[in-house]
Amino acid sequence: MSLTLEQVQRIAHLARIEISDTEALSTQGHLNGIFQLIEQMQAVDTRGVEPMAHAQDLSQRLRRDQVTEEDRRTAYQTVAPETEAGLYLVPKVIE
Amino acid sequence: MINASLKQLSQALAAKQISSVELTQLFLDRINRLNPLLNAFVTVDAEKSLNSARAADARIAAGTAGPLTGIPIAQKDIFCAEGWRTTCGSKMLANFVSPYDATVIRKMEAEAGLVSLGKTNMDEFAMGSSNETSFFGPVKNPWDQTRVPGGSSGGSAAAVAARLAPAATGTDTGGSIRQPAALCNLTGLKPTYGVVSRYGMIAFASSLDQGGPMAASAEDCALLLNTMAGFDEHDSTSLDRPSEDYARDLEKPLAGLRIGLPKEFFGEGCEAEVMAAVRAAIAEYEKLGATTVEVSLPNSHLSVPAYYVIAPAEASSNLSRFDGVRYGYRAPEYGSLDDMYMKSRAQGFGAEVKRRILIGAYVLSHGYYDAYYLQAQRIRRLIANDFVEAFKNCDVIMGPTSPTTAFKLGEKAADPVQMYLSDIYTIAVNLAGLPGMSVPCGLVGGLPVGLQLIGNYFTEAQLLNVAHRYQQATDWHQRRPAGLE
Repeated sequence: MSLTLEQVQRIAHLARIEISDTEALSTQGHLNGIFQLIEQMQAVDTRGVEPMAHAQDLSQRLRRDQVTEEDRRTAYQTVAPETEAGLYLVPKVIE
Repeated sequence: MINASLKQLSQALAAKQISSVELTQLFLDRINRLNPLLNAFVTVDAEKSLNSARAADARIAAGTAGPLTGIPIAQKDIFCAEGWRTTCGSKMLANFVSPYDATVIRKMEAEAGLVSLGKTNMDEFAMGSSNETSFFGPVKNPWDQTRVPGGSSGGSAAAVAARLAPAATGTDTGGSIRQPAALCNLTGLKPTYGVVSRYGMIAFASSLDQGGPMAASAEDCALLLNTMAGFDEHDSTSLDRPSEDYARDLEKPLAGLRIGLPKEFFGEGCEAEVMAAVRAAIAEYEKLGATTVEVSLPNSHLSVPAYYVIAPAEASSNLSRFDGVRYGYRAPEYGSLDDMYMKSRAQGFGAEVKRRILIGAYVLSHGYYDAYYLQAQRIRRLIANDFVEAFKNCDVIMGPTSPTTAFKLGEKAADPVQMYLSDIYTIAVNLAGLPGMSVPCGLVGGLPVGLQLIGNYFTEAQLLNVAHRYQQATDWHQRRPAGLE
């Protein structure tokens, strides 16, 4: 398998990473090298093998439905690029 | 004091031979003098460290100190620490001052009374095996400053090897504690997945990431793990198990220990002199009363391919949070919201991180999910099953940690696949979720070699015992790089 330049640009868009044409070209070369390594998996017959998503076969723990967090909005917003009146500022989405 | 074990430091502090403030200042002075050569620390805040040291001295004076209270430690910059800049080696977080503590930091500082000396350099978002992907520049290996320290916990490894800190924390997703430990002559332990809380440890691949200690000896690692491990309700994958003293079995004799030697780890692909050092270490174990048995991990050659699907898939999901809105880098100029995301992420992430995000986005995308992501998860099961079979016939598995000694800076930086293959012996352990260690076992051309120990689930105390007895019989772990006095 090898990725086309268009595929590289498409997945960069899916991942919301701007990519220039020259960058896409060098990325394409690197990714195809990596996928060559990954392709070794395709030779393995895994029919009937249960996929392993996690190291421990445990179900998700549930906690009680109660408030445990204190309000630290001010502290958390001091690390934000732009805030106003407790809100995160981003470019206008709806006209 | 510079080369003292944690136990010796603990005794010196308890006997008031030295105060925590004096000890902390001693290491801060070394950092000040030697860090410009090594680039092991990215953030040092002497006043913060000395404040913690003063608090530790007060605890010692009041008789409320724990065994490690007042001992300085270096923290990998992947652990959020309140009031400390926490960068994860990335431009994305270059100015991020954490508003909260990771559980590991809280347990080590607030509970155990350890004193953080600063934050150590690392591969960006822990993605790398040489520490060369850091936004803050590469770390130099104290054994040869033209070589890499390994990665991703390269700053922690170099800091301890050069004795800029008595010990350090690391994290290990595919070998990031064990490989740098091997390349810098340290003892490093990656615990069983779920033993150390991941809360506040910046996520790379959540089903694989695990924090652990990096230090000069197994005994030091045991004492550190005692402070790091334990159930944490803030981490949904933290395991609720009775607490353990990981130092309890250190002195147990090794007579009757069955060492499994996977034939796949002793074939081609490893430098001959590295292999000779590993075999010599195994011969030493036989002298200590252990027996060896050949075992097989028939799917281990698939661990690197499967890992480079699973880890990037999880990373692409985890790193989607860096969008320039709530924290982290935001591009200075942009148009729409989408444009802001695209530019912030393009400028904030380095090349290797972007590559892995793209691989992850691809293998999770429509039409490729089954062929890549599910196939990798099925192979992960096969790899984990191989270990289950192997441990029916042995107590511990041994082999090399890394196929080579420390390589030259720049040697593999241009070829991601060559870099990935430096973790061929470590990755399977993360996929299975098992505990693993690296222990110094020789020098080749003046460069350290690591012996890897792999245990069954929750056998950290036994692994530490196996490493400790070897370190009582040999002195490889006490060797120090020259020229950094």
